[in-house]
Amino acid sequence: MSSLSYLRRRAINGLMLVLSYGSALLGVAMLLLILLYTVGRGAAAINWDFFVRLPRPPGETGGGIANAIVGSFIVVGVASAMAIPVGIMAGIYLSEFGRGRFASVVRYFADVLNGIPSIVAGIVAYAIVVLPMHGFSAFSGGVALAILMLPIITRTSEELLKTVPGTIREAALALGIPQWKVTIFVVLRTALTGIITGVMLAVARVGGETAPLLFTAFNNSFLSLRLDQPISTMTVLIYNYASSPYRDWNEIAWGAAFVLIAIVLIVNVVSKLFTKTKYAL
Amino acid sequence: MKLVTGDRAIRFIATIFASVILALIVLIVYELLKGSVPSIHKFGLKFLVTSTWDPVSEHFGALPFVFGTIVSSVIALVIALPVSIGIAVFLSELAPRPVRPAVSLMVELLAAIPSIIYGLWGLFVMVPFLQMYVEPALGRYFGFLPLFSGAPIGVGMLAGGIILSIMIIPTIAAVSRDIFNTVPMLYKEAGFALGMTRWEVIEKIVFPHARSGLIGAVMLGFGRALGETMAVTMVIGNAPTIAASLFAPSYTIASVLANEFTEATTKLYLSSLIELALILFVISMLFNAVARLLVIRERTAK
Repeated sequence: MSSLSYLRRRAINGLMLVLSYGSALLGVAMLLLILLYTVGRGAAAINWDFFVRLPRPPGETGGGIANAIVGSFIVVGVASAMAIPVGIMAGIYLSEFGRGRFASVVRYFADVLNGIPSIVAGIVAYAIVVLPMHGFSAFSGGVALAILMLPIITRTSEELLKTVPGTIREAALALGIPQWKVTIFVVLRTALTGIITGVMLAVARVGGETAPLLFTAFNNSFLSLRLDQPISTMTVLIYNYASSPYRDWNEIAWGAAFVLIAIVLIVNVVSKLFTKTKYAL
Repeated sequence: MKLVTGDRAIRFIATIFASVILALIVLIVYELLKGSVPSIHKFGLKFLVTSTWDPVSEHFGALPFVFGTIVSSVIALVIALPVSIGIAVFLSELAPRPVRPAVSLMVELLAAIPSIIYGLWGLFVMVPFLQMYVEPALGRYFGFLPLFSGAPIGVGMLAGGIILSIMIIPTIAAVSRDIFNTVPMLYKEAGFALGMTRWEVIEKIVFPHARSGLIGAVMLGFGRALGETMAVTMVIGNAPTIAASLFAPSYTIASVLANEFTEATTKLYLSSLIELALILFVISMLFNAVARLLVIRERTAK
């Protein structure tokens, strides 16, 4: 072995490893750059009024985004009410009963559904809810988000239910407990903490969605609690206020971004610290 | 085993709910097809190759949007791929044990940041930076290439591609990391025993072993980039043009849907937008479906 080629191999090795370390550094730096900037600029827009007041016209100072915060919770709540029960039951099917071809088809399409562009979910909700109801509504926004939420909850529940050891199922069955009771009161119960975490992650993820809400939940300058009326959400508000030419409104967008990112990060970090749930990709 | 009523009931209910997922896919395809009918009827296959988008005279063509969508995603992939592989190599092969979870968490958090926040940051921080420093510099040194010609306006194809690349890095990195982790230790040890350097082990043993899974990871990232809406809409400039320059504004399918769907007043206009959505859905479904197959195969092969 010539020492020259050895040196060359060492050099390439060193270079590639440095590039790899550099990539990791870049990834971490991007996260910090975006986070710190949003937190820094957003925090300046935050005060008590920001959470309890309604938006003011451009030019007038003060005002808040109370309508959007309430709206976001309502729309996400509607989505959760639809997607969580269905998703968990589908997860139970895949983990406890699904053995054959049908199960693998469902599993595969849940993954594929997970990858649909979120704006397509908005269009479907537009077609099946907005058009028949003749108007934008909080409910249609919930439907759009539920479409995005369902596959995430299904696959997370399945993965977590599968981590429950078979011996626990067998022990319960050996005691003469019927299978349905074992499924609900033993298996589901054991995996419950994990499933709640997974559900929280899914909620945080769809809570940050904007595109599917643009033509479903639409927008509303006032506080609305009605499901059949257009409603304001934090994400759509950020979009509208960021694209507006008014500086005050731009700053409100940053404030709302701060609130949103804080919620998303807290849910993510807490769930990762307490469980080993992976983010559904 | 004796099946009591409860057992049958829970199995039945669970099966029904699992079928909801399949029904949902069918519903999406049906609604998109149904909505596209007037447009398909009017324009036929010409829709795909026409570059006019004129709501006033009702002439619609998908070409600029298909171009914008694919080119911005390709740019994103070109930037994101080396970085993601670098991160995945770091996480699976190089990082000291105590560092791993922290870096993993940070990369996963990058995936958790909502698209709208990337858009906001892109619009107010990245775009001015590109306009003031990056684009003039590229124009000065590489301006003879059509790729870097034209005025540095900040918003445009380059900005769209960069913001997309940041958004797909976590997807590609996390999936690649999982796939690298499936390479048996024994193979790597054999490599080291032959006197290979660390990089040679990674290049000649880890990469080939993970190949099809890696292709899957890349396609997954690409599929993500195709359908991404808000961040791109805020930085790509939203002009249905086909330009060679990366500085020129462009438009993606998802962006035009976000901007014009509520404004579509006539039936044909709305239908053309829905047909765009159908095209987007089909392209991203294809990438996703193949990617999932490759990743699943890789993960279960071990």
